[in-house]
Formats: sequence, C-alpha cells, structure tokens
Amino acid sequence: MALPRVGGAPGYVVRRLLQAVPVILAIVALNFLLLHLAPGDAAQVLAGEAGSASPEYMAQLRERFGLDQPLWLSLLVYMKNVLSLDLGFSFRHNMPVLDLILQRLGPTILLMGVTLVLSVGAGMALGLLAASRVDGWLDTFISILALISYATPLFWIGLMLIVVFSIKLDWLPTSGMETVAAFHEGWARVADIARHLVLPAVTLSLFYMALYARLMRAAVLEQAGMDYVATARAKGLSETRITLTHVLRNAILPVITMAGVQMGALLGGSIVVETVFAWPGLGLLAYQSLFARDLNLLMGIFFLSASLVVVANLAVDLLYTVLDPRIQAA
Amino acid sequence: MIDVARRFLRSRSAMLGLSILSVVIVVAAAAPVVFPGSPFRRVDQPLLPPFGAYLFGTDVLGRDVAAGIAHGARTSLMIGVLATAVAVAVGTVVGGVAGFYGGRPDDVLMRMTEFFQTIPTFLFAILLVAILTPSTKSIVIAIAVVSWPAVARLVRGEFLAMRGREFVVACVCLGMSDRRVIFRHILPNCLSPIVVTGSLIVATAILVESALSFLGLGDPNTMSWGFMIGAGRTFLRTAWWLCTVPGVAILLTVVAINLLGEGLNDTLNPRLRNR
Repeated sequence: MALPRVGGAPGYVVRRLLQAVPVILAIVALNFLLLHLAPGDAAQVLAGEAGSASPEYMAQLRERFGLDQPLWLSLLVYMKNVLSLDLGFSFRHNMPVLDLILQRLGPTILLMGVTLVLSVGAGMALGLLAASRVDGWLDTFISILALISYATPLFWIGLMLIVVFSIKLDWLPTSGMETVAAFHEGWARVADIARHLVLPAVTLSLFYMALYARLMRAAVLEQAGMDYVATARAKGLSETRITLTHVLRNAILPVITMAGVQMGALLGGSIVVETVFAWPGLGLLAYQSLFARDLNLLMGIFFLSASLVVVANLAVDLLYTVLDPRIQAA
Repeated sequence: MIDVARRFLRSRSAMLGLSILSVVIVVAAAAPVVFPGSPFRRVDQPLLPPFGAYLFGTDVLGRDVAAGIAHGARTSLMIGVLATAVAVAVGTVVGGVAGFYGGRPDDVLMRMTEFFQTIPTFLFAILLVAILTPSTKSIVIAIAVVSWPAVARLVRGEFLAMRGREFVVACVCLGMSDRRVIFRHILPNCLSPIVVTGSLIVATAILVESALSFLGLGDPNTMSWGFMIGAGRTFLRTAWWLCTVPGVAILLTVVAINLLGEGLNDTLNPRLRNR
C-alpha cells in the first residue's frame, strides 16, 4: 500500500471529526425535545419515579437543569450538562446515570464485539464459499437463511435456541453472563463466560451473517470479471492466491460499509437479546428502566449509544480510506 | 397493465407470499366473528396443551391462544399498514422537495434524513413509545419516525433522475405549477419503487411492533403477537406452544410480505430482475 499523500489523510480525518460534532449536538437537542414531549413536568421525568422526590429536590433539579429559565436557555444548560457527561441521577438504582451506564457497558461491548467478529468472519467465509460454487446447496442455504433470519424477530430466535440448546439438549446455560455461585477464577471464568456468550452472540449475529454472505458473494462474483484478475491469472498465480490477496481486498468494502450500519442495529438488537438471555449489559438496563419508568436513564442510554454509533461510523470511514486509498480523494 | 399482472401471477414466490398473506388477512378479518369477545377473556383451565379442545391450547391465565393469534393478526396488520402509510407520506414529501428543488432545501433535508438514519433506530422507537406512553397511536408514530428516511432517500433519487428528463423540462416550459409537475407528472413515474419499498416497510414495521410489545410497550388494550411471546416466555420449559405459535405467525406473515415485495419488484422493475 502506498503511503497516503501528506496533508491528505489528516485533513480528511479532521473534516470527518468536525462533521460528527453537529450530529452529537443534534442528538442532545433531540433528547431535550423528548424530555419536553413527556407527559407532565420535565423535572418529574428527570427525577425518575414521579412523586417520590421532595418539592425541594424538584426545585433544585429545575434550577440545575435550567428548567425555570426560558426554553432556549434551558436547552443550552441541558446541552452543557449532557456534554460534560452529567446525565443526572437514577433513584431506582441509587447512583448517577453515567456510573450506571459505564458499569453495564462492559458486557454489552463484549457481546457486540463477539457478534461483530462472528457475523463478519463467518459471513465472509460463507460468501466466499458460495461464490466458488454458484447455485450449489450452500448458496441456496444462505439465501434461505437470509430470508428466514430477516423475517424472524430476534427475541423469538433467542427463545427457540434456548428451547433447543438449553432445555432439550442441556448443552448451554439459559441466562446470565457467568455462574456466579461457582466462583470461577482465571481461565475457568473465561470459559464459563464464553459458554454463556454462545447463544446471545449467535442470536444477534445470525441475520448479519447471512447478509454479509450475500454481499460477499455478489462482490466476489463482480470482481472476478475484472482486468486485474485476468492479469494476476496471466502472471500464473494460483486461484487461492488471487482470491485471498487480490479479490478479497476489493470485495471486502461493501461488507465494511454494512458493518458500520450494523452497529446501530446491534445496539437495538442487544436490548431484546439481553432481555431474553438476562445478559447484564446496557440493553438489560434499558429494559429495566422501562419497567421502572426511569425515562432519564433511558435517555442517557440513548445518548451514549447514539454517540457510540457516530464514533463507529467514523471508524468505518477511516478504515475505508486505509483499505482503499482512492476514497479520500473523492 | 395486463402484461404486468400476468408476469406477477407467473412469479412463484410472489404467489406463495400472496396466498399466505391472504390467509392472514382472512384470519384477521374473521377474528371478531370466530372469536367474539375480548381475547383477554379467560375461557378454560390454564395451560391446556394445543390440538385439544382449543386449537393452540390456553395460556397461563386460561386465555385461548388461537383467539389471541387471530386478534393479534389484526393488530400487526393494522399497525404495519398505518405506520407505513405515515412513513411513505412523510418520506415522499421530504424526498420529493429535496430532489425537485435541490440546492439549499436539499442540503438541509438530507442532513436531517442522514441524522435519523445514524441514530440507533430501535432504541429511538423504544424511547418515543416510553415517553408518549404506550398506545397504538404512539407505536404507529414511533415506527413511522424511524422508517421514513429510507423512503425519503429513495424518492429524492428518483426525483433527481426525473428532474432533467425531457417531459419534465417540457412541463416546466409550458408554465405548469411546481405542484402540478410534481404530483401529476413526476410522482406517478416513481410509484413502482415506492410501492416496493413500502411493502418492505410493512414487514419491518410488523417486526418492530412485535419487539416493542414483547418488551411490554404494546397497547395494553389490544392483543398482539409480541405481547403473547413476552407473556409466555416464563413458561418456556413447561408450555412451549405459548411462544412458538405466535412466533411462527410473525415469521409467516413477514416472509409472505417480503416474498410479495420481491415479486412486485421483479414485475414492476423488470430491468432490475437480473441484479
């Protein structure tokens, strides 16, 4: 790979970073709007369970979040608070929203990371295999898998996997992240968590795996007719070498684009999947906050998730320029 | 037109989708007749297995699961169609204005569309329903809010492509009003991709609705498939049918709509068939 032109790459990075700023601001403004859409007083929403907070506390909240000010001023105060990561306090959990979210972030990142690797890795492998034998049984199988997994609610796939692999076969645990009572340590603990991780990760990755397989298949078939492939073949390279070092690198681009889109969907999917498998991450926290009517906590989760997606999209764009240096010129 | 209809009838997957969907529609329409009264009503002992006195058995409160499925079909179809109608209307207006006028309105509207595509949509839908308090109306609004950007982008692209075409330029030269050019001349030419996208949005809307009601955000007064799965989840070990039956209902309905959408795509845009 040639080195990027001096000035080009950093300039692009800075430009993309600057583009992300208004998006984050808009997310905060959206949260503020939602706060005011909620029935009742915005301070009540911030206080969590309405009625439990004392009038003094409510007055204090109003002042701190600028709710006693005119709307535009109150928006500015709200923005300042959120951007300095002051997301308020959750009475239900009796701790600041930010601490609560950070505490639950780990399991969710673990689940999402494994899902991303699994769906991209397995999807690409399946796509390559399908492209090597077009219209074979694998090809048909992938198409059917894609159609079914697209049409099935995630939570239902999860429940059915529990019925088969946990209840009937008794191979894997039904819920949780680890067997707490067993006090596993070191590698035993890692193995225990891995066993708990299998079903949620498979549930969450199934659809995107099928999607990547189809994208990969189409891209590989498209690239196979290109001149550079003919050149490589004329040079006497083996077919495996052509596929792995030349075609793969070009065919991977649509998959990477989709992976950026998948981030947002993963966060949404993790809510139902974590609920089904009682995986102690952000998704389960969101579900619990629904029950407790802790809207402020839910908004905090939304803000951080949306920011995470913006960052992920940024990362995907940068990865793109590394993989295909022609992109940043455009 | 007859040619299009014939091509549609010849497509096997589209016909399969159409027949499954027709069954779902008939079940939904017949629900109040076949299963009169509230589907929340207790009819017999709890947890009776399926294929006995009741086709799909009873749930933990002794409610007839088959009645729930039939009434749930009404909910799913109604919310799917309503949310899609709103999303398509909003998306068409936004995309149409952006594509027809270009320039500054295009910039602003497309930034907004991209923004709505960036935020995690399902989480946003949950937040909206939670804040507006769960009801059929708030679910429809939430699903429409997360679905319109796809339509807007599609319509904008179509309008951009049409904007420079000779018949449009001719209309403008004739002194026609913008409104007339948009609604009488450009829009009818973009209908087929809008119909195809719309059918796929109905499928997604049904999935989102089931997930919302699974999480307990459904309208508390209407029966829905997601709610049934959520309520039956605790009895997965003892009463498998409580979760399985509504899940299969969702799967069949959504597959049927997808097949139908693909069939429509093949017949309305024959040039794209070999993609």
